[in-house]
Amino acid sequence: MSKARTLYEKIWDAHVVARRDDGTCLIFIDRHLVHEVTSPQAFAGLAANGRQVRRPDLTLAVPDHNLPTTPRVDAAGKPIPIADAESAAQLATLEANVRSFGVPYIGAHDVRQGIVHVVGPEQGFTLPGTTLVCGDSHTAAHGALGALAFGIGTSEVEHVLATQTLWLAPSKTMAVVVEGALAPGVTAKDVILHIIGQIGTAGGTGHVIEFMGSTIRNMGMEERLTISNMAIEGGARAGLIAPDATSFAYLQGRPMAPKGAAWDAAVRHWQSLPSDADAVFDKCVPINAADIAPSVTWGTSPEDVVPITGHVPAPESFADPAKQDAARASLAYMGLNPGTAMQDIAIENIFIGSCTNSRIEDLRAAAAILRGRRKAENVRWAIVVPGSGLVKAQAEAEGLDRIFTDAGFEWREPGCSACLGMNPDKVPAGERCASTSNRNFVGRQGPGSRTHLLSPAMAAAAAVRGRLTDVREYL
Amino acid sequence: MQATRMISGRAIPWGAKNIDTDIIIPAKWLKTVSRDGLGRGAFESVRAVPGNIFDVPANQGAPILLAGDNFGCGSSREHAAWAMLDMGLQAVIAPSFSDIFSGNAFKNGVLAVTLDEVHIARLMAVAADGAIITIDLENQVVTSDRQDRFAFAIDPFRKMCLMQGLDEIALTLAADDAISVHEARQAEDAPWLVPAQG
Repeated sequence: MSKARTLYEKIWDAHVVARRDDGTCLIFIDRHLVHEVTSPQAFAGLAANGRQVRRPDLTLAVPDHNLPTTPRVDAAGKPIPIADAESAAQLATLEANVRSFGVPYIGAHDVRQGIVHVVGPEQGFTLPGTTLVCGDSHTAAHGALGALAFGIGTSEVEHVLATQTLWLAPSKTMAVVVEGALAPGVTAKDVILHIIGQIGTAGGTGHVIEFMGSTIRNMGMEERLTISNMAIEGGARAGLIAPDATSFAYLQGRPMAPKGAAWDAAVRHWQSLPSDADAVFDKCVPINAADIAPSVTWGTSPEDVVPITGHVPAPESFADPAKQDAARASLAYMGLNPGTAMQDIAIENIFIGSCTNSRIEDLRAAAAILRGRRKAENVRWAIVVPGSGLVKAQAEAEGLDRIFTDAGFEWREPGCSACLGMNPDKVPAGERCASTSNRNFVGRQGPGSRTHLLSPAMAAAAAVRGRLTDVREYL
Repeated sequence: MQATRMISGRAIPWGAKNIDTDIIIPAKWLKTVSRDGLGRGAFESVRAVPGNIFDVPANQGAPILLAGDNFGCGSSREHAAWAMLDMGLQAVIAPSFSDIFSGNAFKNGVLAVTLDEVHIARLMAVAADGAIITIDLENQVVTSDRQDRFAFAIDPFRKMCLMQGLDEIALTLAADDAISVHEARQAEDAPWLVPAQG
C-alpha cells in the first residue's frame, strides 16, 4: 500500500516536472491570474529578453487593485477616463501587455471584472487539484476549492509567464481542525480571525494550512473562500480545504469549468484528492467552534483579535516583552487605552468589500442587518464594494443595493477599493474604519488610518450604532 | 540578477518584529510600472518621524538592516525588495522571514540572512556602537570588526544563483523538454485542465 498523503502532497506530487538533489522541485502551474499592479515589470522583463508567454491559455488578466470604484461610464455610456495619471498609465500598460502577449483579459468595462480572487472561482477558472498563482498574497483564497494557490512576487510572475513553472521547496503541513456548530452571529470571518488570534501571524510560516473538521465541512463555498483567503495572515502562503460535493456544486456550469464528459472525468479525479485518513501533518491545531464569538481586531496586526464583548488589552497582559512593546506601539497608533470596552469604540468609516468579504452572501449578511435601518450620524463614510460586476448585478437583482443606499452607504463599482490604500478609496488619518478586509497594518487603508477587522454583519451593526457593536443584538 | 558575494558596512540596529511589506513600501507607491525610484517611499511611515533610525547620520547609506521575527510579512509586493535596494539596503538579518518576502529578496540579490535572536542581539549592540558588519556569502558567516563570527545556513541553489548572478528563467528554460513532457502527459490524462472558453 502506498504512503498516506495529505491533499497538499497529492497536488504537489502531480505537478513535479523536475527535482533537484536538495528536494527543491520544478512545479507546473495550471492557472495564473494577473493584475495591473504586480505584472508590468514582469512583462517588461519578458520583452527585454525576447520571451513569450508560454501558456496564455492558462493565464487570465483582470485589473482590480488600482481601479477607482466610482462610476466607469457617464450617462451616455461613454467610458470615464481614470483621473490619476499614474493609475491610468498602469492600467494602459496591462492592456498593452495582454494584447501584445495574447493573454485572455477581462477588462474594466466587462461585467465579469472584479477582484481576481473573486473572479477566479466565479468563472470556474479555479479548479480543485490545480496549482494556481497570482502576484498577490491573498491568492491563498483559491485553496477553498482545493487548489494549491499562493501569492508570488513579480520575478516569479515573470518566471511563470515564461516557463509555466516555479522552483519551490516543499512546505510543511499544518492541520487546523475546527469542530462543532457555530453560535448564531458567528461567521466564517470570525472563525478565521479567531484562528489567527490563536496561531499568530507567523504561526503558519513555512507551512500550508489545511482547514478541516465539521465546521469547515458544513460551510458553503463562499464562507470557505473567506477562511482560506486569510491563511496568509496566519503566515501560511497557502490554505487548503478538501474538495467535496459543496465544491462540485459550486463549480458545475461555471463558464470556464469543464463540461460534459470532461466534467465527469474531472470530478472522479477531484474525489481522489482529500487527505488520506491516516495522513500525517507536521502540526495540528484543534479549534472548538463553540469557543468562537463575533470577533474584532484592536491593534495593527491581524493576530490582535478579541471577542466583541471584550476589552482593549493591557500591553503588560502579554508574556513576551517584544509583544508588549508591539502592543504599546499599536495602542498609540490606534488611539486606544487598555481596558476600553470594544463596544465603546466609535467608528467614522465603514468598508464592506475586499477579496475576503465581497461575495453575494457577504452582501446579503450585511443587508440583513441594515434593512430598514440607517447608519449613525457619526459615520462619515460608508461604502459597499461588490467583489465583481456579476456580484453587483446579482445584488441589484435582489434589491440589496437599495437597502445599502437607503442606509446611507455608497454603492460602488467592483475592485480592491479601501482594502489597501492605493486607489482613491482611503480612510483619513486618525479616523477609524470598521472593515471587512484582511489587514489592519499601520497605514494599510491610508496614512494614519485605524482599521478594525470584522465580518460583514458586524460592519453593518457598527454602521447602525456608530461604534463597534455585537451583531447578536440585531439578530 | 546581479552577483552578490560579500556585503560589508554599517548595520541599522532596528530589531522590530513583524515588519509587514505595507511598512516597507506603502501601496500608494505601487502605481509605478518600473522597479526604480521606490527608495523615496521606503519605510515612509517610520521615516516620517524626525530622528528616526533610518535617517540619523550614522545609519545613512548603511547596507544592512537588523530586524526582528517574521520580517516582510503580509503582501507579496516585490516592490518591498526594490524599495530597499533603491535606498541602499542590500541585506536584512532577522530571526525569521515571511516565505514570500525571502523569495522576493533572493530574486533581487538582497540577502535575507537568518540568525538566532541572541546573535542578532549582539549585532544590534555592536552596530549601535558603530561596528562594521560583514556578510560573507561564500563562507556563510556574518562577522563584525568586534570579533563576532556567526555562521548562517542558506539553500545551496540560492547561494549559487546569488554568487553567480544567474538568470533563473534561462536556467529553467534549460529544462524545457521536461516541461513539455509534463504538458503532454497532462493533455492526455486531464484534458479538462485547459479552461473552457467562456
